[in-house]
Amino acid sequence: MGQILEIIFTADFLHSIIRLSTPILFATMAALISERAGVINIGIEGTMLFASLMGVVGSAFTGNVWLGVLCAVVSGIAFSGLLSFFHLKLETDIVLTGIALNLMSSGLTIFILYILTGDKGVSTQLASKAVPNINIPLIQDIPVLGSILSGHSVLTYLAFFLVIALAIFLKKTKLGTYIRAVGENSDSVETAGISVNMVRLKALLISGAISGLGGAFMSMAYVNMFTKDMVAGRGFIALAAEAMGRGVPGLSMLSALFFGMADALSNNLQLFNMPSELTRLMPYAFTIVALGIYAAREQRKSKA
Amino acid sequence: MKKKNLLFSSATTVLAITISLVIALVIILCVSEQPGQAVTALLLGPLRSTRLIGSIFTTAIPICFTGLAVCLMFQASMFNMCAEGSFFLGALAAAAFATKVPLPGILGLAGPMLVGAAAGALLCLVPAWLKAKLNASEMVASLMLNYIALYLGLYVLNTYLRDQSFGALASEKLPDSSKLDKIIPGTSIHSGIFLAIFFIVLCFLLLYKTSLGHKIRTYGQNPRFTKYAGIKVGSVIILSQVLGGAIAGIGGSVEVMGMYERFQWTSLPGYGWDGVILAILARNKPQYVPLAAIFLSYLRVGASTMASNTDVPKELITVIQAIMIMLITATALLKGMKQKMVIKEALSSGTDS
Repeated sequence: MGQILEIIFTADFLHSIIRLSTPILFATMAALISERAGVINIGIEGTMLFASLMGVVGSAFTGNVWLGVLCAVVSGIAFSGLLSFFHLKLETDIVLTGIALNLMSSGLTIFILYILTGDKGVSTQLASKAVPNINIPLIQDIPVLGSILSGHSVLTYLAFFLVIALAIFLKKTKLGTYIRAVGENSDSVETAGISVNMVRLKALLISGAISGLGGAFMSMAYVNMFTKDMVAGRGFIALAAEAMGRGVPGLSMLSALFFGMADALSNNLQLFNMPSELTRLMPYAFTIVALGIYAAREQRKSKA
Repeated sequence: MKKKNLLFSSATTVLAITISLVIALVIILCVSEQPGQAVTALLLGPLRSTRLIGSIFTTAIPICFTGLAVCLMFQASMFNMCAEGSFFLGALAAAAFATKVPLPGILGLAGPMLVGAAAGALLCLVPAWLKAKLNASEMVASLMLNYIALYLGLYVLNTYLRDQSFGALASEKLPDSSKLDKIIPGTSIHSGIFLAIFFIVLCFLLLYKTSLGHKIRTYGQNPRFTKYAGIKVGSVIILSQVLGGAIAGIGGSVEVMGMYERFQWTSLPGYGWDGVILAILARNKPQYVPLAAIFLSYLRVGASTMASNTDVPKELITVIQAIMIMLITATALLKGMKQKMVIKEALSSGTDS
């Protein structure tokens, strides 16, 4: 136990929390924006997966990392556009459609990878680019804190910036206000002459774009290639993180960080001869326990 | 009206299947250098030999079980995705029991299956309990549980069941008394097919002929009303999910005892998700599950023949399935036609009287 604590309070560990939280944070923000518009986006998992392949493909074919990121974002938007089309236009059940898209993404990524490279598991044959890490001037010189906060991927900083941006967007902009209004009371918004579906469409497309960034982080920063089913449930964990953060960007960020910590912890526990199968299930077990505790508290509150 | 609704849901299904198959053809034309061969293999490949026809049925058996499980869980309006994990754990538990406690005769079959059922039920109990007691989202919990089931299962397999003399990670060989017989020579069809049929009938009777089934359906259609009708909501939620989990668990045991020498899955096999697809195709009705299962496995076998004979990978089928189930749930797809017909009928009945 002492040894575990020793690891937890090192700069390396805190650094890795921030790194491992990044994809969950992107996914959480993607879940947040659609949830605030009153649609639960289960398809984030699949959207991220598809975007992570597209980022790799895009950067490999253009030779430019930023065009690769753009590719990931655009494919994220396209994927959530598909979800929006089916849910908003053809009136499908959002949960079932989300599940369908996740299943599709899992197969489609392998399909595309195979067509392009002849491989069904990894994209090592594609010379994809990596998003650079940056050192922040001034902060990097602060002892300890510098090594925790500096030297992350550009996308990591973007993820945390996005939390602030989303908070302002939801509060201060017209579309943000519409989104909140649609999520809280769609009927009255409709009577006010605003198209609920249009607002939801925009929210879902933004959600897709953010998922795309999360996907880009997975395959171009977290690791430097695409592997089959690499998102590994982060899109689902984000749904829990968003719910526990009650749809508030700052709080949701904290729960995303909590799950990032669970991830970091599980990586580190392998050093203590704990079987890797058990450490790998920890983040998921954490999520269920956290979800249960959160639900129990909510229930007590509503009874009081 | 009931007949009309059935007509429209069948029309939507047929249209959805047609559109998705057309999309499949377009994709094949785009990526393949031998499109003609690929299309023929996909659509007619499964009929090429008795062995392939047999494998349509053996592929249908496991997904029948998970399809029934998901039907039962969805009928109670619970988005419980644990069928995947329950199937996996059920197979593992059955293999564990069969290899560690070899029993003779019928017990060699019944024992592992019961243990598999218990393992599956136990897993599905978790999200049900969280929902019934704490009102926590069963969906997120069940999605997490699938990963937990996988890693827990692999831990048990690696630590307690592993056959060290075997090259890959796998359990020891199942004893002969715990294997389901092959019933038709030249095919892989095993006696598990009778169990699948038995459970289809059982689920149908349970849902439509018992008071528990009635409660499950009432709750599923209108959760709020059920509370006022004096039905104990918690027990309905828990029973429906536990039964679903047990059926998925038995499915896992049947699959491992019918098709394999040992338990050797190192990732989730995906049958639980197939169950979700089946439940959507069958519109949560157990009586349509076999038809949907045969259809889906026909496509699967077709995709495999296509992949082994041409340059199109079999993952094409996952794309097609997804489009198919999205279109099937698209209530608005034929809405215009339905409206027109209702209006026409109203007008004509107006002139009649």
